[in-house]
Amino acid sequence: MSDEATMVAEEAPAVEHSLNDAVPGAIIGEWAEETEKALFVAPDKLLPLLRHLKENEAYDYLSSLTCTDYLSYGGKKRGGISERFDVVYHLFSTANKGGSLNLHVRVPEGDTVDSATSIYPGANLQESEVYDLYGIHFAGHPNLRRVLTWDGFHGHPMRKDWKEAYFEEDAKPFRSRHPKGGYQWQEDKLPWGKNATYPPEWDPETWEKPISYVPVSQAPHHKPGDIDTDSLVINFGPHHPSTHGVFRMLTRVEGETIIALEPEMGYLHRNHEKIGERNTWLMNMPFTDRLDYINSMSNNWAYALAVEKLAGIEVPERAEYIRVIMAEFSRTLNHMWGIGFILNDLGALQTPAQYAIEEREMILDLFEEVSGARLMCNYMRFGGVVRDLTPGWVERARYLANERLPRALDMLDRLLSDNEIVRGRGYGVGYLPPEDLIALSISGPMLRAAGIKYDVRKAEPYGIYDRFEFDIPTLSDGDIYARYYIRLLEAREAVRILQQALRDIPGGEVQGAPAYASATLDQGFGTIMGGKGGYTLRPPEGEVYHRVEAPKGELGFYLVSDGKANPFRYHVRSPSFINLNGLGPMSVGYKVADAVVILGAIDIVLGEVDR
Amino acid sequence: MFGSGLLKGLGVTIKHIAETYIDDGKDSPSRYENSIDLGNGRKIIRQSMDQEGLLTIQYPEERRLLPERFRYIPMLIWDTEKNEDRCTACGICAKVCPPQCIWIVRDSDDAGKPITRPAEFYIDISVCMSCSFCAEFCPFDAIKMNHDFELAVYDRYPNLIYDKAELTVPVEYYATLWPVQYEQEETVRHQKEEEDKRKAEEKARKAAEKKAAAEADKSADKPKRSSEEIQALKERAAAAAKAKQSDGADAKKARLEELKRKAAERAKQRRENDE
Amino acid sequence: MTTTPEGGFQALKEEQIQQYLHDSIVVPEELQANVLVTTVDKIYNWSRKASMWPLLFGLACCAIEMIATASARFDLARFGMEVMRPSPRQSDLMFVSGTVTKKMVPAIVRIYNQMAEPRYVVSMGACATGGGPFKEGYTVVSGIDKYIPVDIYVPGCPPTPEALIYGLMKVHEKVERQSIQQVPWYRKERSEFVPIPVLGPDIFDPRQVQLIREHTLGEGAAQAATDDGGGITLKPNLLTAEQKQQLREIKARYMAAKQPA
Ligand code: SF4
Repeated sequence: MSDEATMVAEEAPAVEHSLNDAVPGAIIGEWAEETEKALFVAPDKLLPLLRHLKENEAYDYLSSLTCTDYLSYGGKKRGGISERFDVVYHLFSTANKGGSLNLHVRVPEGDTVDSATSIYPGANLQESEVYDLYGIHFAGHPNLRRVLTWDGFHGHPMRKDWKEAYFEEDAKPFRSRHPKGGYQWQEDKLPWGKNATYPPEWDPETWEKPISYVPVSQAPHHKPGDIDTDSLVINFGPHHPSTHGVFRMLTRVEGETIIALEPEMGYLHRNHEKIGERNTWLMNMPFTDRLDYINSMSNNWAYALAVEKLAGIEVPERAEYIRVIMAEFSRTLNHMWGIGFILNDLGALQTPAQYAIEEREMILDLFEEVSGARLMCNYMRFGGVVRDLTPGWVERARYLANERLPRALDMLDRLLSDNEIVRGRGYGVGYLPPEDLIALSISGPMLRAAGIKYDVRKAEPYGIYDRFEFDIPTLSDGDIYARYYIRLLEAREAVRILQQALRDIPGGEVQGAPAYASATLDQGFGTIMGGKGGYTLRPPEGEVYHRVEAPKGELGFYLVSDGKANPFRYHVRSPSFINLNGLGPMSVGYKVADAVVILGAIDIVLGEVDR
Repeated sequence: MFGSGLLKGLGVTIKHIAETYIDDGKDSPSRYENSIDLGNGRKIIRQSMDQEGLLTIQYPEERRLLPERFRYIPMLIWDTEKNEDRCTACGICAKVCPPQCIWIVRDSDDAGKPITRPAEFYIDISVCMSCSFCAEFCPFDAIKMNHDFELAVYDRYPNLIYDKAELTVPVEYYATLWPVQYEQEETVRHQKEEEDKRKAEEKARKAAEKKAAAEADKSADKPKRSSEEIQALKERAAAAAKAKQSDGADAKKARLEELKRKAAERAKQRRENDE
Repeated sequence: MTTTPEGGFQALKEEQIQQYLHDSIVVPEELQANVLVTTVDKIYNWSRKASMWPLLFGLACCAIEMIATASARFDLARFGMEVMRPSPRQSDLMFVSGTVTKKMVPAIVRIYNQMAEPRYVVSMGACATGGGPFKEGYTVVSGIDKYIPVDIYVPGCPPTPEALIYGLMKVHEKVERQSIQQVPWYRKERSEFVPIPVLGPDIFDPRQVQLIREHTLGEGAAQAATDDGGGITLKPNLLTAEQKQQLREIKARYMAAKQPA
């Protein structure tokens, strides 16, 4: 460990900043290369500043909270401050549209940071994640524990000096692959033939499993004087048909009523970020497919947008249209899938889901035709898309968007919306007031089902969304039924955008450059005909946080570049993960069977929850 | 109303059943009207977008028409004309591979000088994520994505680590799977070769002017051979273009015939070589 | 051997390009001995194979393709597999469909132990087979076969529904080759209970405790302790010439068996 990193910086004087008038001495540095402006906050002034921002400046939405380990950051330390860890906050305002406020708190190793949970309860899971992966303690956090790994895991894996069992090199490509790449089985590297390392001097024989328990007791037990009943803990998962994958819920119930619920995740923690920091910028593209594996197109786009913003890459017109079309198709299929599976959770096993995902196959066929794969499309590249649409594709897509999809959505609407079971089990279940939803950093259809007209496509338009005419549907109830119905409405809006985009898409013939990939990069990143060899991208030093409205909510990428071929920090703000903040508060007071539907209506995908 | 949900649900199902029959009626006289026969009772069926009823594809007898860009596992292209690997062991695929599952050993001559040819080439398909970056970035069109997905095995090691022999396919196989892209690449290659040839000729002429007659002989030899090559290429490109024009089963058949003939020739040659 | 293949592309593919493709299966020797074609076996195997109930158990992205396989377009019901049972006690077939993480392994092994014999395990996708794209990750298990026996590996990321069905047909083939006389599940020494791995500082298999001790407490420990990064780094254990030779032989045998005579 370098001395430099642990050295405490000299008292940085407060810089000129308007926020310093409100909270004196809060902002101690700025770092703004061409990309996004970052404000450095004095660690002890963090809470007052956050409180001020929330109360007086309408920054009510904590979008992302993450951390970067600057141990091995080459060259200058950022903003003249050199502590090792950098906790990053991205705040938005749901009322005033517009960009983010980026706050950074630099702390040396071993220091604690004040927990933001008292102001933004949505920091809960994100702070736990930072604690788990970086080992930063948050003072005042109600329930700081390992969420992605398990209790007793050795070390904090996202730290730059933490190496895993199959570690080869810090950055890809690995030198062992070429030109002397005689195949070597990774498993042969370790005597036990498995991907595991054990700390030295650890004795498995005398070792005892630490008693780890997940506290499921946020709610008070029965009051004195009541009939003396005992609450008990019911465990769902990790293998349970209702959990949509490998997810675990611990519920404390009294009778059948839930009095506390604690989500437990990490069963699909695939080290996306650690691998992402070793990958080159381009290599991350197919990995993003595997985040929300139902909507690989949206993930691709979000990542491409973030990198384009960082590297300043232009996207040609046709590519923009293609991207919108792909994203909206995947929104439609996601919502249809979601509706089908909410019904599944309601007990209408399989049949509605079968009807709901029939059109999905058609859309997947379209995806497969242009990108080559049904699920893992890997279709977008920095500055465009990988290949042009195939002849006849647009006509088929038009048929789908103009006729088949509206018909299918109408059919679902007719079939399900008036169904007494859907109504009976949906009305009034899982309600949370809108302000709580915002405070919990919940995003996507969940917000709009509670009457908050917040959609990144309108609030901070990206791509070419400002050209299309579409509404943000909202419903006011904020219960399961509204969450079901809002998906239907949103799918309809998506189809509306599709119709416009498919109508307006410019032709594929542009002189010289391929119409679907950026001409500003004549290496043509990953375009088949646009030239070969341009596989190394080196964005300028800087950082970026870019978010899009993915079907499941706000999907953001926080990227830090140190000017090299690999991202220095690659963080995914995944909607599914953060929406789970609301699962506990939403379920309290309802029956156990409702918890299943409440989870289903959040519409999580485990690849994105655990990454 | 109580029970209306049930009735509606049944209605949807009945409608679906009826639509299935209507779809079948449209396909009269047979469901396989438009399909491509693969022999052995196996057919590739086409499903139209407006099929409203049941969509079931009865794999293994019926198969989906895989789009050209379908990607599964990479394959290495064997240039049957030149009788060599297209791969030059430049290692770009190994460098762009996101999960780093490609391992290449570059060949070297007796003196240890590297030659542009892979000695060994491995892909660990229990790691491969089918992203097709290798195919995208290969400058020599030497690695492409195979459409073959029937790869299940009973034993993982070493069956799922494909070596060069297992990965290599003849270029005709690739041409059948990826007709459009193949053609585009051929055109580019063709242009490039012409260019190269022109340059080479120029160079040769200059050299010939400068140097002695004995040397001139040699240079005359070279363009002659390559013009033959160009001729062959042209012929093939023309055939491919024709095949493309008449879209549908006929074209495919023609391509297959061609492919068959070539493959037979090659097999013969291989046997002769073996003997 | 005829020189001109007959019967279109598929035959061509099989006859001419056979050696380049990978869909031929070598029947392991011990199974070849099992091909005992009695009527009882036929009926027994036919009924087992025609009503195999998979476990409703999805892990990751591959599970989505598994659902797609089960739904209308590809329809597992055609194989008698439409009843996906959420309970391991009622199911015969387990799809390990997706990335297996260390946190999940104990649960999977427990589920496997709970399944009644005869049970089959399909390792679906690159991740379950060998770690897939996430192989290098710190909480990813490089292949479920490290912990439970696997009957069939279906590579692909994700395998398309057809590829999965192809794998299932291979399972059927395997079932057909078994003989009621020899199957282990009617014998006294019934199939083993797989010890459940434990989540310590890192996951470990109770069977490997001695081996791990040797390395954490024994000689290697001192060298490993120099790294303060939290994990330990061991010198990569390169393949010995002997092992390489062995591999080459296995490979050669495999290739020979694949080649049509
Ligand atoms: S093999 Fe690919 S598709 Fe399947 S779980 Fe792994 S990453 Fe996902």
